[in-house]
Amino acid sequence: MTTESQDMQEQAAEEDRARLSEYGALRKGQTGELRLMSRSTYFREAALKNLFLLCAFVAVMGVLLIIAFVGVRGYPIFGLEGFFGFLAGREWNPTDEIFGILPLVYGSFVVMAGALVIGTPLAVGTAIFLSEIASPRIRSVVRPAVELLAGIPSVIYGFFGLMILRPIIGRLTDGLGFGAVTAWLILAIMIVPTIATLAEDALRSIPNGIREASYAMGATTWQTIRKVLVPAAGIGIIDAIILGMGRAIGETMAVLMVVGNAPIFPASVSDPIATLTTQIVMDMPYAAGDHRTALFGMAIVLFVISMFLVAMVRFLSRFQTRLDGR
Amino acid sequence: MDKRTANAIALGLLWASAIVTVAVLFAVIVYVFINGIGQLSLEFIFTWPHGVNAEGGVWPTIVSTLYVTLLAMLIVTPVAILAAVYLAEYAVQGRLVGAIRFAADSLASVPSIVMGLFGLALFVEGMGIGFSMLSAAMALAFLMLPIVMRATEEAIRSVPKYIRWGSYGLGATKWQTVRRSVLPAAMPRIITGIILATGRAVGETAVVIYTMGQAINLPLSPFDSGRPMTVHLYMLAMEGINLPAAYGTALLLMIMILVFNLGARYILRRSKRRM
Repeated sequence: MTTESQDMQEQAAEEDRARLSEYGALRKGQTGELRLMSRSTYFREAALKNLFLLCAFVAVMGVLLIIAFVGVRGYPIFGLEGFFGFLAGREWNPTDEIFGILPLVYGSFVVMAGALVIGTPLAVGTAIFLSEIASPRIRSVVRPAVELLAGIPSVIYGFFGLMILRPIIGRLTDGLGFGAVTAWLILAIMIVPTIATLAEDALRSIPNGIREASYAMGATTWQTIRKVLVPAAGIGIIDAIILGMGRAIGETMAVLMVVGNAPIFPASVSDPIATLTTQIVMDMPYAAGDHRTALFGMAIVLFVISMFLVAMVRFLSRFQTRLDGR
Repeated sequence: MDKRTANAIALGLLWASAIVTVAVLFAVIVYVFINGIGQLSLEFIFTWPHGVNAEGGVWPTIVSTLYVTLLAMLIVTPVAILAAVYLAEYAVQGRLVGAIRFAADSLASVPSIVMGLFGLALFVEGMGIGFSMLSAAMALAFLMLPIVMRATEEAIRSVPKYIRWGSYGLGATKWQTVRRSVLPAAMPRIITGIILATGRAVGETAVVIYTMGQAINLPLSPFDSGRPMTVHLYMLAMEGINLPAAYGTALLLMIMILVFNLGARYILRRSKRRM
């Protein structure tokens, strides 16, 4: 009985669809948008659609323009110094026209790695707190605070680091306090909002049934978090950390104000160093000729790193969708 | 270890991480407020800096910052909204849309110093506009584009389907539906996105330093150069001689950011209550 009436309904719907598609009114898989219209309306609608496409294409154009204009300015340095001579050259000495950026790449990675080590637990902890532990009332205080943390200008973080953290670190390490350690602390705070908001989204997208199943088996909150929720949100949390990494590598002003800006391999983590971003700002005011080309070459390196990280996030997300679909 | 003990310790640590995060935010804000509040006066806001150490006020830097931010907002808003309309309403999933999304994600994560050098190479030198409000605004517009695009797309997608069906049912075309029904319904969240992106632009330093210049100047035409507040703060802080002015500038900057963020929040909350 029920199957029969279902069949009849489906048949009727099929006939409706056939009749409509005869008029060209409704194609398969389309929602009920207006299809019958005067020619002038049709052309106006089509023109608008293409205008919107053009606007969306501005984003693609932006990326291509960056590649073109930064690329053209910086590319010659790879010919001048050799690909590895530039990337793996151990000496940065513009006065003698020696442009090896390995100390700067090293500086960037040291600063990024330390910031991640300090910032990730803080950020993921905050994310778990927000999605699993906080009551709505506490959440409504902590969540805006995290967002506001993202809004504070990097130059203010740098100023804060310079005036407050640097003297403290200096006293602890018997130095001036300019160096990787101070940059770690400042950057760790700056990447917290990036990682925390994305990781929280990943945790919140886990269906509640999974939590309930875990609690029903007698698991504590912490067991549920560690053995069920964090593994379930795994790739989402990794994505968040990768984007935090991008933020740390690309950060300029805050790092610039506290690392001391010496383009050398430091003896210790509390000695002055320089990163790719800070060296560009330090040298730009007086750089000319090949020196300037080298700075644009460093911008290429930074751009390639950030593109690589974005591509990695996309790859992981696609991987996740495939896992979920299985 | 007993599972209850482990649970208590772990929850304590999670509480601690949230408390540390919030505490740091308050530490930064309170620090800037306490040190800057004594410097703040109508004279500081409305007079020009003078002398080698920039004694006096910061008026031209405030005008430069607001000028360039407003200009960037005017440039980015129509493009970003229409781009999001395309992605949310018109686009069919495919290679083209994939490329657009990848480009938007990439733009969002381009380091600001790279964006600054790009602005220098394209607008300042390539197109010959020179250090100016316009060059800086266009470079900032590229920075803001993905933020506004994403906020708008999410806003449009959150508009219920039946609103569209009602409009189509009355015989409206797609554009009429988008313009008269979908966009008005999505507007509060779109405005929130624009305000947040504008807040990012106010605090940006590395982009504007290479596109606007550093000379203290009161910009009138879009082709004038200037010095934004962030660059002013950076220079005062690094020279370290006139620190009171640095604290004052930092506080003004912070107040602007707070106003932008709280304003965006207020609009969002009011629209939620009305729904």
